[in-house]
Amino acid sequence: MVVAKMGFNLEEWYAHKLQGEIILKYAGSISSDMITHALETIEENPQLRKERLQTRKKVYNVFVECMQNLYHHVDAPPSGLSVGGSPNFGIVLLVHDGSFYRVTTGNFILRSKVNFIKDRIEQLNSLSDEEVRLLYRDILGNEAISEKGGGGLGMLDIVRKTGNKLEYFLYPYDGEHVFFSLDVYIS
Amino acid sequence: METITREDTPKTPYVKLDGEKGVVEIKGRSIPENSVEFYKPLIDWIDEYGNVPKDNTEINIQLEYFNTSSSKCILDIFKKLELLFKKGFKVQVNWYYEEDDEDMFEAGEDYQSIINLPFRMIEMEE
Repeated sequence: MVVAKMGFNLEEWYAHKLQGEIILKYAGSISSDMITHALETIEENPQLRKERLQTRKKVYNVFVECMQNLYHHVDAPPSGLSVGGSPNFGIVLLVHDGSFYRVTTGNFILRSKVNFIKDRIEQLNSLSDEEVRLLYRDILGNEAISEKGGGGLGMLDIVRKTGNKLEYFLYPYDGEHVFFSLDVYIS
Repeated sequence: METITREDTPKTPYVKLDGEKGVVEIKGRSIPENSVEFYKPLIDWIDEYGNVPKDNTEINIQLEYFNTSSSKCILDIFKKLELLFKKGFKVQVNWYYEEDDEDMFEAGEDYQSIINLPFRMIEMEE
């Protein structure tokens, strides 16, 4: 995959994210079957099986939520991208690194969505654990179900379950696309 | 009312809706991409059950884990049962969670804080 535009190099990004012990890596179309297979793979992982129940479940849960965020929200990648023939192209990694697990996702989004995503993540990162819990309950109890089913709970659930801030970068790629990189740490 | 049983799959739970006994069981994991598609028939069943309910209705939820899109659907099930409860029928929620699984315990607490139904939190040993 040779892709470097506006200073962003997808290969370098990918190589950088491979640090640590790789449990799962995937770049391609994010489909329902792919998510099922990916989950089977991580459930069979010996390292994760050794973990206490709470950690193991957190990893599965957060991983599923990250994958399904991609499944529902990716935009088509730029045309001519050597790796991304499919309109729902995304990258997912699950890495065990020291005392934590990291779920990394990467996908292209349209520039028009940048502010929305940035504001949303910044808002979630600014909340205390208690505020996250209350906001979760508030949205669960009050907001109507969205067409995609989540009602805006996905990211919030990830923050709540991990207790960690979301680390993200938005790399301008071309006039139309931005590459969205997200790291979620589960300790 | 007819009894509906659905076997579990890698992404959807085992479900049994027993109109004769007045028992609803949901067990396993619930992480489908399209939760509405999965839960709609179950919610419709509970809706109909509401016309011919038993004096006592019990719902047993024993989930390993579930995604956020399922969480709204589970809430919808509770809301249907809450209507029954408000009419004076007895409804009992049994929320099972594994020992050490704080997230599932807290999920039960979330629903308790939103829904007005008797909740029993039941810890299961690993």
